[in-house]
Amino acid sequence: MMFKGRDVISILDFTSEDLMKIFRVASEMEAYVKTGVDLLRDRILALLFFEPSTRTMFSFQTAMYRLGGKCLVFSGVERTSIAKGETLGDTIRMMDGYANAIVIRHKIEGAAKYAAEIAEAPVINAGDGSHHHPTQAMLDLYTIWKARGRIGGLKIGVLGDLKYGRASTSFIFGASLFKPETLYLISPPELQVKPEVRDKLGEMNINYVETTDLTNVIKELDVLYVTRIQKERFPDLAEYERVKGSYQINRSLLTGVKDDLMILHPLPRVDEISPEVDETRYAYYFEEARNAIPVRMALLKLILLGD
Amino acid sequence: MGEGLLVRKIRFGTVIDHIPAGNALNVVRILGINGDEGIRLAIIMNTESSKLGRKDIVKIEGRELTMDELNIIALIAPTATINIIRDYEVYRKEKVSVPDYIEGIIRCSNPSCISNQGRETAKPKFRVVSKEPLTLECIYCERYTSREEIVKQFISHMGV
Ligand SMILES: [Zn+2]
Repeated sequence: MMFKGRDVISILDFTSEDLMKIFRVASEMEAYVKTGVDLLRDRILALLFFEPSTRTMFSFQTAMYRLGGKCLVFSGVERTSIAKGETLGDTIRMMDGYANAIVIRHKIEGAAKYAAEIAEAPVINAGDGSHHHPTQAMLDLYTIWKARGRIGGLKIGVLGDLKYGRASTSFIFGASLFKPETLYLISPPELQVKPEVRDKLGEMNINYVETTDLTNVIKELDVLYVTRIQKERFPDLAEYERVKGSYQINRSLLTGVKDDLMILHPLPRVDEISPEVDETRYAYYFEEARNAIPVRMALLKLILLGD
Repeated sequence: MGEGLLVRKIRFGTVIDHIPAGNALNVVRILGINGDEGIRLAIIMNTESSKLGRKDIVKIEGRELTMDELNIIALIAPTATINIIRDYEVYRKEKVSVPDYIEGIIRCSNPSCISNQGRETAKPKFRVVSKEPLTLECIYCERYTSREEIVKQFISHMGV
């Protein structure tokens, strides 16, 4: 499918070939992540972060600057017209008149899709509630592709809050586009994927296993995608502490894992990965965070200039 | 009691029969009839039915509804049958069936969905992923809404 003018709402709007196209352009962009390349001069990207973000917002901003373009940024709701009661629809109509593309993060689910219906300019979803975060999945998958040369046919584990986590949902769908050998969905019972996700995996014929047991499964894995488990999700604090303890990645848990296991995390982490893991060969999460720049550069280039 | 009094024949219009007992008012609501349109309407509740034990019937006089308008009833009353009446005779008989796509009328079950934010103009839209058990998928947030949740929405409107 053509990239020019395309909206990015869900990772499932893309095929594995589309994603490979983004990854190839991203690897070309690696040469320019610190020097820049003048491809999008005079183009303006609107960054509308109705919900706070640091890394997603800054990395989109950095990517746009490195491509020679400019950004209109607002973050939070306090100092904008939103606080005065302007609707999201009207804000989008206004920004659509100013910018060549719009990046939106909003706590309301479906906000990006709604914005895309209104705006003529392409809309990129940078997170809508606990729904989707497609560009995060793109850079997660790029990290695997860059290290392993492939994504399909691997044993991939996804750990943490699979019910409310938008990064984990987008990663699960993104990895599924490449047909993993097995997809292990590892979570406490109360944070398992929603039936909506299970049905889509069924439709896609994905071989997936839902389990609570990290200790045994981790030895099977080529990739472990770790996400945060939030305290607020648990009515009982003792239950939270127990779950948190059983899913913490530390050196002793990593004995007996595959030599080339990759551990990913969308960051920020709290204590789900112990700092002692940072120095191991398995830690790819800082590299993953850096990959945000070439991947978002590639996406902006493709959407604004075309293939 | 004289059943004839309750089910007096209508000359022209639409009879919605075989509504599960107790659901007639929900059916009227889902059709968007508020009572102030001037439509002549008869609601018969908890009458005997050989098929359902007890059933409700709604008679709409002077208006032939189209199946596109009527199929929405299948969301809450899947057993309903439609009789189009012309000159006191049944001109056409049909069963309602759940449409593949639904716009407006019902709300997404997810309170955090853009279609539930009063001031935004995002109209609720659904893809029907399963007709039995009924499962609707919101076009915006992709959350499922079930028959129980739809029925609840119409009950919560009653008496308003
Ligand atoms: Zn919804």
